[in-house]
Amino acid sequence: MPKVLKLSQGVQEGTKELLRFLLSEEKVKGIVTLKERSPQQGMGYSLITNPQELPNTRPLYPLMPSNAGKILSHLTLKGPSPQPLAVVAKPCEIRAFIELAKRAQGGVENILLISQTCPGVFPLQMSVNGGLKEKLSSYWKSAQKNEVFSEIRSTCKGCVDFIPQNADIVVSVAGSKDSEKECEIFLNTSKGESFVEGIKGSKAAEKEITNKQTQELLDKRKEGRKKMFDQVEAEKPEIEGLVQIFGRCIGCHGCSHVCPICYCDLCFFDSQQNEHLPQTFERYLDLRGGLRLPPDTVFYHLGRLMHTSISCVGCGMCSDVCPVDIPVSSIFTKVGEAVQKKFQYTPGKDIEEPVPSGTYKEEEFKEIGEQS
Amino acid sequence: MSEDFKPKIIYFMCSWCGTGGSETASAHHLYYPENVIPFRVNCTGAISPLHLLRAFVEGADGIVISGCHPGDCHYNDGNFRARRRVASIKSILDSLGLGADRVWFRYVAHGEGKRFADTAAEFNEHIKNLGPNPLKERKET
Repeated sequence: MPKVLKLSQGVQEGTKELLRFLLSEEKVKGIVTLKERSPQQGMGYSLITNPQELPNTRPLYPLMPSNAGKILSHLTLKGPSPQPLAVVAKPCEIRAFIELAKRAQGGVENILLISQTCPGVFPLQMSVNGGLKEKLSSYWKSAQKNEVFSEIRSTCKGCVDFIPQNADIVVSVAGSKDSEKECEIFLNTSKGESFVEGIKGSKAAEKEITNKQTQELLDKRKEGRKKMFDQVEAEKPEIEGLVQIFGRCIGCHGCSHVCPICYCDLCFFDSQQNEHLPQTFERYLDLRGGLRLPPDTVFYHLGRLMHTSISCVGCGMCSDVCPVDIPVSSIFTKVGEAVQKKFQYTPGKDIEEPVPSGTYKEEEFKEIGEQS
Repeated sequence: MSEDFKPKIIYFMCSWCGTGGSETASAHHLYYPENVIPFRVNCTGAISPLHLLRAFVEGADGIVISGCHPGDCHYNDGNFRARRRVASIKSILDSLGLGADRVWFRYVAHGEGKRFADTAAEFNEHIKNLGPNPLKERKET
């Protein structure tokens, strides 16, 4: 069971206090966290090194301008950070980072992972249109009451992995009743414990992160997940349904650019390999008598499913950036769940466990080899 | 299903066992349906899921993949990797209701000419019963 650290501030201030401690005691060289840059630039991830910048940071702000897993992968791709860094990110971002680290796209060495029990994030559009700030206070209230806030990302409404599994330090936000007055911080690993050595605050006894409140929230989220999947099911995602759903696709490939799991330098779908010869177009015309342009949208999404579904962490970035409101994330989490179940694999759970697509067992899927 | 429906079937076979099987079949003058199109790859482990998808989009009605029997792979583990890939493709197609049984994966050894011809014939019947692949006539794929 993890040890608990209690700070006598609200959860927002408490988290900042933790970050201040880490920076001023030189436990870490820098911190990757959300920061309010300016009213025009808005909220975004920043790497800060000076404790004086902390007042402008919003570590627990309910927004995901980009998946921090992807950012961390860029930071550590060419080698581990020479000095320790801390990062404050949502659970799905931590999972994405673990998935990327497993695929040799970064490493967790010298990185202190700080996360939270996550009440969900708002769609990006709301932060751009300015509607987010007015909603904040009711958002925090609903988080205290274990409610699923009505205006968070639809993917978040159906997210059942809101308790981070791999973070070193977990700030209790969702399911914490007194988050205005006190800040409960779980020290998940010995690494986490060693980093906060010497911080002022009461160290309570060991405690499980999951409790009655989180269980309550989990039940609500499960309901939301079922609803989300039912919606996909209602669109009948057989060929007809898929053609309808993805028919709106304008082929911008935004979903792949923001997806943390889509890490390829050059995506197959952006490459010359995916350009057709005139003969191919001719064959298409012979076969079908006509062609949708840009072609291959269903092919693109199915292809991306084949590559990413096993590691889909369900962060919802893809749906969020889609300019034509295709429920990409709902489809990907639904298919992802089926594939992950087949391989008994939970993305981002265990950094030692290899990604199923890169390994095999001799004794498995007997039924497939003897297909009939 | 109309009697004159001739499915287009792509038969992916590896250079070592799958193609060997077809050679043995020809040496024994075994016949397989002419609408089964053999497609040689170096190893079943080298088949990307996108190849299979591409085949479906471009009008294949069914796909068979034949590799070496477990433990016989020329590259040690290509067939095991291919089997995993087929498993994940099947579960993706299944959860979207796209007909996972249009893909078969079967081991055929170099000497198993009869098994090769049988697989082709059986699969041909199977796809005839399933009917044409709905993807191929859609303009919007």
